[in-house]
Amino acid sequence: MIVMSKDTMQIVREQDVVPFRNRVREFSTKIGMSLVNQTKLITAASELVRNMLKYAGGGKVLLEIISKNTQTGVRLTFTDEGPGIADVQQAMRDGFSTGKSLGLGLPGTKRLVNEFDIKSIVGEGTTVTIIHWKNGR
Amino acid sequence: MNTTAQILQKKKNTILETWMQHQLSDATLRDDLMTNDELLKQSEELLGSLLKALSSGNYENIYASEYEQVTDLLGDISIMRARQGFSPRETTLYVLSLKKALCDTLEEEYKDQPEVLYREVMQLNQLLDNLSLVTVETFIKGREEVILRQTDEISEISTPVIRVWDGILALPIIGTLDSARTQVVMENLLQEIVNTGSSIAILDISGVPAVDSLVAQHLIKTVSATRLMGAECIISGIRAEIAQTIVHLGIDLSNIKTKASLASALHLAFGMLNLEVRRNDRNKSTKLFN
Repeated sequence: MIVMSKDTMQIVREQDVVPFRNRVREFSTKIGMSLVNQTKLITAASELVRNMLKYAGGGKVLLEIISKNTQTGVRLTFTDEGPGIADVQQAMRDGFSTGKSLGLGLPGTKRLVNEFDIKSIVGEGTTVTIIHWKNGR
Repeated sequence: MNTTAQILQKKKNTILETWMQHQLSDATLRDDLMTNDELLKQSEELLGSLLKALSSGNYENIYASEYEQVTDLLGDISIMRARQGFSPRETTLYVLSLKKALCDTLEEEYKDQPEVLYREVMQLNQLLDNLSLVTVETFIKGREEVILRQTDEISEISTPVIRVWDGILALPIIGTLDSARTQVVMENLLQEIVNTGSSIAILDISGVPAVDSLVAQHLIKTVSATRLMGAECIISGIRAEIAQTIVHLGIDLSNIKTKASLASALHLAFGMLNLEVRRNDRNKSTKLFN
């Protein structure tokens, strides 16, 4: 896997969400992603970044354009130093929320993107990595 | 009154002249934003009040009462410059160029006493650095006021409630729906439902760039609140890519009436109110005038 270009963004306030989404849009336009796939990726990114703000008080995101076996895609890595998730399996279930939200953020994100990986250690933080390929497959 | 203050007072005109020379010869002079006469008047006033403050012997505390006039004047100048479109650099240079003029004069006076010169220049340096900090602070405050005013204006114009027909309201939402925006949208909408006695509200989300679960939750809340008021809510402007995203996310909007365009939402609303829009029969209407 080759990383073609990368960038990091700090997310500390709700106002950072919109510029971040625009940055994701820029990355996905650069590799020529279709509008539907762009919207999926942006929505997934938006969910994760909101989770980060709500439960961990912010964190940082690594944006990368990656290439693997003639496929290009965008990889986003969300890292926070929040309280962590005690039961990841439970958090990945539809309708489960410790906050008063719809409980669709994590499972919904997984359905929106091609690859999804979550690692969480209680008391240390959570890292979520998502990859969406150019053709959405 | 100490000697330095006396010297400076005596040399006031020379200082003003050097200061003006520095300012006028500077490459960043903005004679497009301010005439030289205005600049001279402003500079003279500031120098006068500064020298008066210096004569009190206070070189450290610029928040003391002696300096009130100076800081007030500086504040006015920098706020004015912020509004006129000066850059922060240009505004700060205004005070810093005064420092140079004052130091030049002292250098001339204390030529034979380097120790005294050093002490006095250091004191003046500190004082003028503090004053330039005041300038920057107020400059930023001036800019911030402009930004705050614009933010208010944006949030006010971005949530209009339009009465498209008797009993039908439309609310185009443009930009991202966050909690604060939703609050404003909901308040405006509910108030307008009361004011006009409308029974149908159309929320158009064509201008919302991304619908994630938080935005959806806000929309659902707005719809529920509208229903509690006895009005029905239609969500329009759901683009193809947004529809797919909503399905993948797993958001359930099935008990809310949704349409792809504002036109079809309006059509649905007419149907709900038993209204009909018909093409005018030309033959009939011409007959009326015969």
